Amino acid sequence: MLEVRDLSMRFGGLLAVDQVSLDVGEREIVSIIGPNGAGKTTVFNCISGFYRPSGGTITFKGRPIQGKPDYKISRMGMVRTFQHVRLFSRMTVVENLLVAQHRHLNTNLFAGLIKTPDYRKREEKSLERAAYWLERVGLMEMANRDAGNLAYGQQRRLEIARCMVTEPEVLMLDEPAAGLNPNETRELNELIVSLKEDYCVSVLLIEHDMSLVMGISDRINVINQGRPLACGTPEEIRTNDDVIKAYLGEE
Amino acid sequence: MHDVMYFLQQLINGLTVGSAYALIAIGYTMVYGIIGMINFAHGEIYMIGAYVSLIVITGLAVTSPAWIPLVLLVALICAIIVSSSMGWAVERIAYRPVRGQHRLIPLISAIGMSIFLQNYVHLAQGSRNIGFPLLIEGGISLGGSGGGFQANLSYMQLTIFIVTLVCMTGLSLFISRSKTGRACRAVSQDLKMSSLLGIDTNRIIAATFVIGAALAAVAGLLLGMYYGSIDPLFGFIAGLKAFTAAVLGGIGSIPGAMLGGLVLGVAESFTSGYLSGEYKDVVSFGLLILILLFRPTGLLGKPEVEKI
Amino acid sequence: MVAQNFRHALFCAFITLIISYPILGLNLEARGVSITLTGAETQTYVGIALAVVIVFLFQLFRPAIMETLGQVKAINPMINREPMPQEKRVKFERFALILIVLGAMFWPFIASRGAVDLATLVLIYIILGLGLNVVVGLAGLLDLGYVAFYAVGAYTFGLLFQYYGFSFWMSLPIGALLAATFGFVLGFPVLRLRGDYLAIVTLGFGEIIRILLNNLTDLTNGPDGIGGIPDPTLFGMEFGRRVKIEGNTSFHEVFNIPYDSAHKVIFLYLITLILAVFTLLVIRRLIRMPVGRSWEALREDEIAARSLGLSRTAVKLSAFTIGAFFAGFAGTIFASKQGFISPESFVFLESAIVLAIVVLGGMGSQLGVILAAIAVTILPELAREFSEYRMLVFGAAMVLMMVWRPQGLLPMTRVHINLKKQEAGVTDHA
Repeated sequence: MLEVRDLSMRFGGLLAVDQVSLDVGEREIVSIIGPNGAGKTTVFNCISGFYRPSGGTITFKGRPIQGKPDYKISRMGMVRTFQHVRLFSRMTVVENLLVAQHRHLNTNLFAGLIKTPDYRKREEKSLERAAYWLERVGLMEMANRDAGNLAYGQQRRLEIARCMVTEPEVLMLDEPAAGLNPNETRELNELIVSLKEDYCVSVLLIEHDMSLVMGISDRINVINQGRPLACGTPEEIRTNDDVIKAYLGEE
Repeated sequence: MHDVMYFLQQLINGLTVGSAYALIAIGYTMVYGIIGMINFAHGEIYMIGAYVSLIVITGLAVTSPAWIPLVLLVALICAIIVSSSMGWAVERIAYRPVRGQHRLIPLISAIGMSIFLQNYVHLAQGSRNIGFPLLIEGGISLGGSGGGFQANLSYMQLTIFIVTLVCMTGLSLFISRSKTGRACRAVSQDLKMSSLLGIDTNRIIAATFVIGAALAAVAGLLLGMYYGSIDPLFGFIAGLKAFTAAVLGGIGSIPGAMLGGLVLGVAESFTSGYLSGEYKDVVSFGLLILILLFRPTGLLGKPEVEKI
Repeated sequence: MVAQNFRHALFCAFITLIISYPILGLNLEARGVSITLTGAETQTYVGIALAVVIVFLFQLFRPAIMETLGQVKAINPMINREPMPQEKRVKFERFALILIVLGAMFWPFIASRGAVDLATLVLIYIILGLGLNVVVGLAGLLDLGYVAFYAVGAYTFGLLFQYYGFSFWMSLPIGALLAATFGFVLGFPVLRLRGDYLAIVTLGFGEIIRILLNNLTDLTNGPDGIGGIPDPTLFGMEFGRRVKIEGNTSFHEVFNIPYDSAHKVIFLYLITLILAVFTLLVIRRLIRMPVGRSWEALREDEIAARSLGLSRTAVKLSAFTIGAFFAGFAGTIFASKQGFISPESFVFLESAIVLAIVVLGGMGSQLGVILAAIAVTILPELAREFSEYRMLVFGAAMVLMMVWRPQGLLPMTRVHINLKKQEAGVTDHA
């Protein structure tokens, strides 16, 4: 599905990401972990097209995407969330979901002005999809509230729902559990697993919550100071000496 | 010979206007460097400086040439005091309450302030342009005794160069040596951190506005006299030009503002000298647009990384 | 604390004196070649003294005043009321808009000729305001050169008439489309700039266009402008006393009624009203369409919008182009109303007035923009002595608005969307 090979990103003299490689297969949950400032989000920014990588290749569905503009990558079926929730705060919850379905809608101006049947049909379909996902993440009651007025946990869920209405094949989650209470984290855990099991979505995850990562990941990539440190199943990572050293320091 | 002299003359004219632009540009660039906003009303502060100095010169009504330097000094000081106070008040009223909000909100507030100040002076002093007496007369003729066109460096132009040079040197020393100057640099690096470290950021930001306004007042006196007349719209175009100069040099950078001012002044002067005076504004706005499109960080600015 | 307050208050009062006295109290007067300095009238000095005292007292008792103001808010019965539910607000806005349009339809039959003429101007500003609202209020792009597109519309009609004898009705779509094309072409390179840079660049474009109109004398007749631009016709009927263009007939002759110069004014007003309502409806529709939602999304969070597959350039460009289209529209009507255009009519001030309308109206709210356009155009006419102070007040109002209520007087109402409950099963999706 997604293949990253020798990805490097340089800011001036600083090599933020150095030769990172990772793979995400179909219906897989792959995690990236590492200490703060290890370059995890930079990897995300490169994959999602916000940064133009200095080196390496990124292949999505067999096509190279490095250096492609962000919006094209997302239209190909790979969307992301952000470390600090980014909603359209002064728009309502439904509108947030409708914006995300832009590529499924009839965006022809004249079709919209005179409301052609095709326009109506697609608009209806997108409302259905929005309603479905609001129900799924438990935000139906909030549909017409301003997104900025939601509680933090709800905003996180809305952000994921907003990605899902685009019907992606790869979903990239940047610290989705940050700021959630244990209860919400458990719900998130179930949601992510369900995305993979029930909706055939591959998930690329950055997360600090180790129990979450260990519990759901098929594979884990550890990055330290921009460099890949280890890669393997949760079990292998748990027992990897280098990882323990990086996380706990040397004895 | 004629061509060389003509070229020299355009160069002198350009550098004269350019150094005055640089003085105004400092105000834009310092404010932008610290709080990241375009102080749209800065041109009006400059215009007020020009008005105050003309009021003082007229009020003193001195005819004896011996007193002229003193008159100019008094006018300069008064202009600086009024403009700086205005700069301080504008920051307090229109900018501080909206600081930290979405970028466009301080900008619209600044545009409102600019319109307000323009009309404030318009209502008080009338909309007609008023002659500004040239108190520094005479000049040096360059290019020997031969016939034909001779380049001329007037004493007025010389004064503009010297005053600008003094101001710039003073500013550089102030920024690099004084306590307030160091704090200014710290705040422009990281506003939040500086305030955590105990720097009174409100005071520093106010100081930035005051310094910028004082330099604009100096430019107001100099350019008002150089052009020979002023009106309430006098600041609007000059402000835009100075902003262009700041962007040209790399907004946020003080040496950049100086360089940008000189480059813009020379570009304008060559346009009017070789093409047509009508198009000099087109050239400077065109230059602004091109710079913003192709090198938004200007000649001496540092690139910005988009934060996600 | 008190001593510090006192010192601060004294300082502020002193600053007030410094910034007001030299400018207000000492007036420069040009008499021939010489300039003299005269004092102002006594009332000015009283005003300055008053301002100083007020600033002093306000700063001295600032904490107390602020507290009282807070209490005033607390006893205000409106403050504790729940904000109007969304559905109701949408209905209220629709009701108010319909009321305004109905009122506007009957206006020419009850008002004087001058009042109808003024109302036409108000309508032109409403079209401009609604158009700029798309760019500034919805898409969040600060366009300070909006007047350039207005000028393109006006000059398109002026030039097409002068060189090819085009009528109003032929020029209207051409003017609007040409303005839109200008918006598209100019917008293409500049829209990737950050917000505040974009504002300055559009301002530069506006000035360049005006300077060009002034200096391309062969084409535009320079500062002298273009005159004799015809009024709109009704199915080939002219409203003047005599038919100006061959082939046309005259309204009063066809209907065999006495000539009345008011007919022309009323007709132009009604045309403008129809076009304004057209503008309102089209933009209202656009807001509720995918394109309108993407404008707002980009304004709210550009990065998130991009991450969801919106192309920044395409979205911004569509807002810019549509805004320019309606400016061109308004420009054509303006040229026809005035019968004469010159670069003088298209200065930055004009952009600032339209911007003030949008800002006061609440950046996004159509009802707000319409009310603001009415207020901004009519207030100076109602109080003649006020008209001098018009721009002063606009400037101050813009600052106040940003400080006090950046969301505008009437925040935008959101569309209420009723969702049908979906079965939260998994099957129908996968």
